[in-house]
Amino acid sequence: MDIFPVIEVNNVFKSFKDVHAVQGISLKIQPGEFVAVLGPNGAGKTTLVEMIEGIQKPDKGEILIKGKRWKRSNHAALNRIIGISLQETWFIEKLTVKETLGLFASFYKLDGNRVEEIIKLVQLEEKEKAYVKNLSGGQKQRLALGISLINYPEVLLLDEPTTGLDPTARREIWKILQKLKTEKNTSLVLTTHYMEEAEYLCDEIIIIDHGKILARGTFNELLNQCGSNEIIEVSFENEPAFDIGKLPGIKKIRSNNGTFNIEVEKITRTLPELMENSAKYKALIKTLQCRKVTLDDLFISMTGRHLNE
Amino acid sequence: MKNPLIQLILAHVKEYLREPGSVFWSFGFPVLMALGLGVAFSGKKELVHSVALVPSYAENDTLVSRIFFAGPSPGDTTIEKRFETSYGNIRYLFHVASWDSAQILVKRGIVSSILTEGENNITFHSDPLNPESELIGIQLSAYFKNGEINTFQGKLEPLDTKGLRYIDFLVPGLLSMGIMMSVMWGICYALIEKRSKKLLRRMVATPMKKSHFLIAQWISRLLVTFLETLILLVFAVLFFKLTIQGNFLALIVLLIAGNFCFFGLSILISARTANMQLGNGLISIITTPMLVLSGIFFSYQNFPGWAISVIKLLPLTKLVDEARGIINEGAGFLQAYDGILVLSGLGFMFFLLGLRIYKWY
Repeated sequence: MDIFPVIEVNNVFKSFKDVHAVQGISLKIQPGEFVAVLGPNGAGKTTLVEMIEGIQKPDKGEILIKGKRWKRSNHAALNRIIGISLQETWFIEKLTVKETLGLFASFYKLDGNRVEEIIKLVQLEEKEKAYVKNLSGGQKQRLALGISLINYPEVLLLDEPTTGLDPTARREIWKILQKLKTEKNTSLVLTTHYMEEAEYLCDEIIIIDHGKILARGTFNELLNQCGSNEIIEVSFENEPAFDIGKLPGIKKIRSNNGTFNIEVEKITRTLPELMENSAKYKALIKTLQCRKVTLDDLFISMTGRHLNE
Repeated sequence: MKNPLIQLILAHVKEYLREPGSVFWSFGFPVLMALGLGVAFSGKKELVHSVALVPSYAENDTLVSRIFFAGPSPGDTTIEKRFETSYGNIRYLFHVASWDSAQILVKRGIVSSILTEGENNITFHSDPLNPESELIGIQLSAYFKNGEINTFQGKLEPLDTKGLRYIDFLVPGLLSMGIMMSVMWGICYALIEKRSKKLLRRMVATPMKKSHFLIAQWISRLLVTFLETLILLVFAVLFFKLTIQGNFLALIVLLIAGNFCFFGLSILISARTANMQLGNGLISIITTPMLVLSGIFFSYQNFPGWAISVIKLLPLTKLVDEARGIINEGAGFLQAYDGILVLSGLGFMFFLLGLRIYKWY
């Protein structure tokens, strides 16, 4: 049986003056599915999400949320089932955490119990009487997340919820979202330019750039598109007098500012040969890094740029 | 379950009251202004006119001293010598000086006129464009006709009956100005800030009713201006013995109508304004001419006739004039109803216009 998608985006376009922000994106999100929209700054992530949120109107194409379009008569019903967190929302500075949540709860006709639940969920118990002004960046983002969750949303749309946060604060947000995932009744669309975030939280990852989808799939599917799982990155003090390309098990080499990015079948096979040749031809190794392939490598192979550029 | 409208009103009021700066500007500033201006212009029991006197001979034996005192006071050698005389309720303060020093006194605003004493006559130098200077000239020339004392026949009575004093003129002006400034700055600032920082867009992504949001803005501002007005009125009544001679209910309705008019104007101004820099400019462009022209501190009747007819069209002028009518002239609903209707109508028009072009995102 086909599951009715919660979000359906069909061939959507959106331009601002000279910028083609979104150029023909289509996607479907099933109930309970967590999807990451991954891309560098200016890729069109926010425009896409804001169109799903009903804040922006597509120039062309159609967006359906639980089968409903964003039109005036549907606004109230759709706003009731979605929860959103915008990139950098500011809340009234001289209201406390509890008052802010209480205000938003009243819009959904929810009572103080829900406010207490949310405060607990986003771990702001100690800060519930603090003015929003006095919260740290991570606490503010947790408050924004709490507000987006207040109405038990079926669709949660989070636009870069952890941008600018330190790793600890980021992990705290991830923990809350993980918990939500286990409850399985919320679908999530999350934009990010952190590949770890997409990898950690989401079932499906959609990589976009210049308003177009470059690749989509689960984390492993995407990595398999790279065709290789391991990478050696090496740079030398002097020009190596041997041909790195002739080393065994090499699939692809890219050189960037003197650093060789070598895709290999197995590090354990290629690395000993590399070391041996370096010693033999007196090539002095400056830096050496061996790692698994990442989404950033995939992005670089497709665009020539890093994800967080 | 809590009512969203009440929650919104509470949120706006709390946001405002928790900002100590805004509380001072709203509640403290108008009272201080009333106190300062009230004392400066009507706190004195007697009016003091300062005149420079350039004597023709010995300092201690000027004509004026002979006129006002039975005998001269010998041994007084200071350059400045004061003669005080009671002229009805007006005191004249004579600064005895040389012609050059007298001119400096005029330049510094210490005196507005100069008396020079000749052999047997007095010349009065006054500035015909300065009403005070000219008035002193007329009074003194009548008094010292040809160097002789001209017995003063009339009687001077100060105008200190309630409703006629400067403070009575000033308080309705301050009330109206307070409402305009508080409503316009308060609402525009709150709305533009919420838009530029994306809170507005976050709030309309909930089932919150937009009308609730705007009504809450108005009601919370109305509560704040009500307090401001009350504090200023109570202060004026207790300290300056101000009396509201007309219908108090009519005054309240008028002030609410004024409030609504400026609320509508604020919605219109902030309808599409993206940031506060632009907002500051827009609010200043609209409020400053009204502050200067609408007769808050001084009557606008000195402007040319064509200007007066324009000034009378300004909402603040309408509010001040009607408020003065009720407080000082004993007007009621019968006299103030057109002002109330015009202000509410304007407010409604501005509001609808603003709402049509309102940018929530």
